[in-house]
Amino acid sequence: MINFLILPLLIPFLTGILLIFFAKNVVIQRWIAAISALFNVVIAFLLVQKVRNDGIQTLDVSSWQAPFGITLVSDMLSALLVLTTTIIAFTSIIYSFRSIGVEREKYFYYPALNFLIVGVIGAFTTGDIFNLFVFFEVLLMASYVLLVLGGTKIQLRETIKYILVNVISSALFVIAVAYLYSVVGTLNMAHISVRLDDLGQSGIITVIAVLFLIVFGLKGGIFPLYFWLPGSYYAPPAPVMALFGALLTKVGVYAIMRTYTLFFIHDTGYTHQLLMILTIITIVVGVIGAIAFSDIKKIIIYNIIVAIGVILFGVSVMTPDSLTGSVFYLIHDMVIKAALFLLIGIMIAITGTSDLRKISGLIRRYPGLGWTFFIAALVLAGIPPFSGFVGKVLIVKGGFESEQFWGAGIVLASSLLVLFSIMKIFINGFWGTPQDYKGETNVPVRKLLIAPVILVTISVLYGVGSEIIFPYISQAAETLANPSVYIEAVLKEW
Amino acid sequence: MKTNDLILQTTTKVVLFIIILFSFHIFFAGHYTPGGGFVGGLLTSGAIILLMLAFDMKTVSQILPINYIYIAATGLLFAGGTAAGALFFNVPLLTHAFGHVDLPILGDTALHTATIFDLGVFLVVVGVTMTIIQTIGEDE
Repeated sequence: MINFLILPLLIPFLTGILLIFFAKNVVIQRWIAAISALFNVVIAFLLVQKVRNDGIQTLDVSSWQAPFGITLVSDMLSALLVLTTTIIAFTSIIYSFRSIGVEREKYFYYPALNFLIVGVIGAFTTGDIFNLFVFFEVLLMASYVLLVLGGTKIQLRETIKYILVNVISSALFVIAVAYLYSVVGTLNMAHISVRLDDLGQSGIITVIAVLFLIVFGLKGGIFPLYFWLPGSYYAPPAPVMALFGALLTKVGVYAIMRTYTLFFIHDTGYTHQLLMILTIITIVVGVIGAIAFSDIKKIIIYNIIVAIGVILFGVSVMTPDSLTGSVFYLIHDMVIKAALFLLIGIMIAITGTSDLRKISGLIRRYPGLGWTFFIAALVLAGIPPFSGFVGKVLIVKGGFESEQFWGAGIVLASSLLVLFSIMKIFINGFWGTPQDYKGETNVPVRKLLIAPVILVTISVLYGVGSEIIFPYISQAAETLANPSVYIEAVLKEW
Repeated sequence: MKTNDLILQTTTKVVLFIIILFSFHIFFAGHYTPGGGFVGGLLTSGAIILLMLAFDMKTVSQILPINYIYIAATGLLFAGGTAAGALFFNVPLLTHAFGHVDLPILGDTALHTATIFDLGVFLVVVGVTMTIIQTIGEDE
């Protein structure tokens, strides 16, 4: 079936529309949302297998030939990211049943969630730079709704900041695309790459490269453009926070990966050096934030920033090893960040506070929660044999191979501080004398724990079974290291 | 003091149908001349807003007992359905079909599935615009 690669996008789209009609019937909404999300995981898994067996999948939408119509491209990288997205979507949905509250569910929570997934999957799958912009807007609009839904004071305040920043960065995105279009005269990503190859790297293209870095850096949260992130991600409830932390910034990271390995590869001395410096500072800023705060949400949020720095450092080095490491670490980070946000969501539900100084001794009453969190912490920090390890080793190896000793050293040192920041939550929150918290008996901890346990299990299997998964990852990195594979798949006769 | 809107209301009753006819014209002419679903939808909602200005919200919702959110969702369903329809013929998504059909009264007419997609756009625009106006208007 030639339309197979669009199914992961089409299913949440049609589900989202269908759910609007059942807005007031929460039970039906839950069932439809969960079943379609589970179905989508299966479809995405089959897509990964298809890309593995048959190579890069492309679809010329509306039957127009490649550079003239919109082409959707599913290479291994995008297929894997789509699979990860669908898994996170499914777990967030089942976590929402017990945590988000009927009031929010009645006001189009599940439709907005499904449209967010449409935007994320579309951004991962598209092969057209302006279509990428459109899918960015789809996911941003849905994220505005999810961020403000509920209408508490902090949500309103942070949503205004978030919308302001994203409207400006979207305007910059349009301007950057306009510049690029006036230089190369095409919007198809593979075709842009061919045209840029003919032009070589003139000054204007370097300027456009930096402009794209600013745009996607604002979406993805790299230094110095991360300033909006800690506040905005602090506001929404836990499942929304998990979706944001796991998916939204990673779309920006993916866009930088794509453009910096497909378009701007002719003057890497300037553009990739700039990216490298920024990513190293991003890591440093992230770990400073992670160890400075004693608020569990803030600690995890600053860990997102660290991970973005680590992934993009691997991209900026541009060796096959470091690119493989980046892809591996990207998927690892999406899964484990979602798991951690869901876990601290349970902690906050039990204790009613996110202040670490007011929490202690949780492991006595909630051993399941405690040990799941402990494993998640080890996975996050990259203790072998868990999944953070393989990616980081490859990134550091790539860094040393290309003699970026400072950068690679900082990536290594950051692991230690990440481990420290996350163990601070475990030691202060779970050990110590047990306390009584108001309203803790109303929290269905076991039912809430299902979703994070699924994610942590996947994460552990991902690390332990990295031998099996590795061929997929290296296939994904091969496209990044060698853009001609991508170009040939899209523009057949070029 | 009770204001008398007789002139406004009478004019609205006449002008309303002209605007709606014009918006349908714009909608159907979109393929060959400037226009299409977006402008057509905005004009139709303009007509309904004129009705709301001349009368009041409650009267209008009695005349048109419609939940505009469902209108927008129906529009999405039309557009998405046209796109997904291609799945059944195993051609790439959104591939449109067209042809000449001999209709009973109109005779030989060129029909194109892009019109159904445009109808989806039309409904979404009407639904979204009216939802915005209605929610802000009824907000106390």
